[in-house]
Amino acid sequence: MRRGDPAPHFFDESMIFSFELLYEAVVFGILLGCFYAAVSIGLSVAFGLLDVPHVAHPAVMVAGAYGTWVLAGYGFDPILAGLTLMPLFFLAGMALYRFYYEAFARRGSNAGVRGIAFFFGVALIIEVGLIVLFGVDQRTVEASYIGSSVAFGDMRIPQRFLVGGGVALVLMATLTLYLSKTFTGRAIKAVAQDEPALRLMGADPVRIKQWAFGIATAVAALSGALLIIIGPVEPALDRVYIGRTFSVVVLAGLGSMTGTLAAGLILGISESIVLMLFGASWAPAVSFGLLLLVLAVRPQGLFGR
Amino acid sequence: MKFWIPSGLLLAAAAAAALIVENEYFFFAGYTVLMFVVLATAWNILGGYAGYVNFGTPAFFGLGAYTAAVLFKAFALPLGLQILAAAAMSGLLGLVAGVLTLRLRGIFFAIATIALVVIMETLIVNWRYAGGATGLQLLRPPPTLPFDSYIKMLFVLMGAMAVGAVALARWIEQSWVGRGLRAIRDSEEAAECSGVPTLRLKVFACVLSGALMGAAGAPMPMYLSFIEPASTFNLNYAIGALASPMIGGTGHFLGPVIGALLLSSIQQLVTVTVSSELNVLIVGVLLVLFVVAAPEGIVGLVRKWMRRSSG
Amino acid sequence: MDAALLRITAVSKHFGGFTALDGVSLEIARGERFGLIGPNGSGKTTLINCVSGSLRNDGGSIEFNGEEVSRLPAFQRTRRGIARSFQIPRPFASMSLLENLVVPLEFVVHRRSLRGADTRGEAMALLQEMGLAAKADTPTGSLSQVELRKMELARAMAARPQLLISDEAMAGLAGAEVDEVLEILMKLNAKGITIIMIEHIMQAVMRFSQRVVCLDAGRIICEGTPESIVQDPDVQKAYLGA
Repeated sequence: MRRGDPAPHFFDESMIFSFELLYEAVVFGILLGCFYAAVSIGLSVAFGLLDVPHVAHPAVMVAGAYGTWVLAGYGFDPILAGLTLMPLFFLAGMALYRFYYEAFARRGSNAGVRGIAFFFGVALIIEVGLIVLFGVDQRTVEASYIGSSVAFGDMRIPQRFLVGGGVALVLMATLTLYLSKTFTGRAIKAVAQDEPALRLMGADPVRIKQWAFGIATAVAALSGALLIIIGPVEPALDRVYIGRTFSVVVLAGLGSMTGTLAAGLILGISESIVLMLFGASWAPAVSFGLLLLVLAVRPQGLFGR
Repeated sequence: MKFWIPSGLLLAAAAAAALIVENEYFFFAGYTVLMFVVLATAWNILGGYAGYVNFGTPAFFGLGAYTAAVLFKAFALPLGLQILAAAAMSGLLGLVAGVLTLRLRGIFFAIATIALVVIMETLIVNWRYAGGATGLQLLRPPPTLPFDSYIKMLFVLMGAMAVGAVALARWIEQSWVGRGLRAIRDSEEAAECSGVPTLRLKVFACVLSGALMGAAGAPMPMYLSFIEPASTFNLNYAIGALASPMIGGTGHFLGPVIGALLLSSIQQLVTVTVSSELNVLIVGVLLVLFVVAAPEGIVGLVRKWMRRSSG
Repeated sequence: MDAALLRITAVSKHFGGFTALDGVSLEIARGERFGLIGPNGSGKTTLINCVSGSLRNDGGSIEFNGEEVSRLPAFQRTRRGIARSFQIPRPFASMSLLENLVVPLEFVVHRRSLRGADTRGEAMALLQEMGLAAKADTPTGSLSQVELRKMELARAMAARPQLLISDEAMAGLAGAEVDEVLEILMKLNAKGITIIMIEHIMQAVMRFSQRVVCLDAGRIICEGTPESIVQDPDVQKAYLGA
């Protein structure tokens, strides 16, 4: 199985192309797409709304996956473990944003470069930290829904993908409702669109952004739990997911939550079909190829501001 | 003159070492250090001067290496021509990537460069003539006179490339091109309104940077007598090319050199005595520290110290 | 030669669903002192950005010296003679004040041949005219607000434009400082530079402009002499709110 690829082997490369196979690939792609959307939504907030060049977000997610693994060792159900980690990650995210803001708020001539380099350094530190703590071997978790599959017409769908997809949809719905219905949520969307107006209303944009970044990081914890449910994790997994999460966020259009789901589905289905047609050695290029295509043709994405 | 005399002396020293020193390890290590000097200097032209972070060094470097390897396999092309072809190919990649993505903000360009690495690697893995995932074995030709060993020849060659790259960076830095790039970095909108052709200059910097990285990669297949995708498109090249200038100093042509020397030394020391993971950790921590606390890098710290002791 | 240096015809600009400019048309004559006023959000800066090239207009045409420029990137419009200052100063922070001016000198004025050009000398002469010569080697991070505003104007002038757009150069400045900047603009106009001034400081607009246009919600609501503009009921309503 290729690194970072959660696809199970229910396609046999010796099978000839048929619409049945295409149908299977699409169904699987939809489930995969929900999962991709769920793991990208934290980045949608951190990068899409807050404009933070957070290339370390996938690494934070992988850290969440390892945290889930640790708690699962004490008997936690993986999803419960992810939820338990959320407050901790929330606080860590707030601290990270505060640090980032203080260090790079003074926009010297180099601030853009330094910001990106900063998060690159953080990603490296997280990745190596995980190697030092847990080693390079792949880790998995166990649960009642991992390893069994469910019949769906003629196909057998691994149950963990259904669970993953379900949690994904709940997560996205919750976050979208939060951003549109609650006061803080709307303030977060406002700060992304019109910071001076928000200031005039008496709200402190920095504290709102800090809060939002904390939420994004907490979401990363749950995404990490999903990661390890769907497939094995290893410290270098963040490199593959940089491509997937950024292509989803860019394709969606910065700041669009609903777009994230649509973009995730597009990516999931594309990867699934490429996997079916060309095999696993071409699959990693799909997300990055899609990203380049979007950047070249329509950089504001599908639903961009 | 202030530049050429020390550089000339260094190059002469390298050539002399090639004639005198017998321990081959010295040349293997030296080659790697000099190669990172070229990569770091090349990175800094776009990253430091223009302010566009490039994570895609392995793509340009790897394309150069594979261009050289494939041309050698197909036509037994001599090394000099391999290097030129590699530079041309990687420069072309810089042109295409630059024209497509340099219109966008810096972070989008940065992410796009990650995409380049994955796509390059995927293409090579699926290309059987280039060896696919398993790689290619290559038989080195004999070294040209007066060198008696191939690795010594490569060492001096890379030394010359390093001097050339640094000289080029220095010229850019001190010329109107460098001023235009700095204007872009400081405020792209104001630069554009001051008559700076921002897209053209950025693409130029990207092409030059890419070409130098490709040239640095070209001797690699001969150096190893072997080439395969995983180690060629390795993240370590991205880390080294980015961290060296950010730590050494992005505003001066010596910054990448100092950074590359420092990081190479640390790598030699730590990887051999402890582990390669610890080396990456150290680089990561240094990167974060310098980016936060010493944005002008080591060069900046030295300047501050000199000003304080004279004032 | 066409008397109109700049001709804007039915220019429109949208941001998603929001219309920032809605069919704006006006003409600026050669050598004119032109004032552009309007409440916040009325589209003044958007219009200026469309003229200078920082933004592309969605509809309509922009002609400079009889040539359609709306498809040209900003740097080419600067090379054809349109220069602007920025409302919030955008200095090249890593460069000294002098070097900031060298950039347009190298990329506009002497772009065909730098050999033999004394860009530093020319930049120094410009600084002297602005009263900034003493600060030539100061890094721009250490300059005061009024000095930065003058730097913006000096840098725009270093491109030797025919049209200078001054975008709220006096915003937030105290009385004497406003007079300083106004005097600079008057001197430049006396040399033949056409100037568009965007300002909120009414008495500066009155003293400076030969003709004034008022924008509101992306449309021109009034055009005329400074005196007639001030008395116009639509203008008063726009500023005092409806």
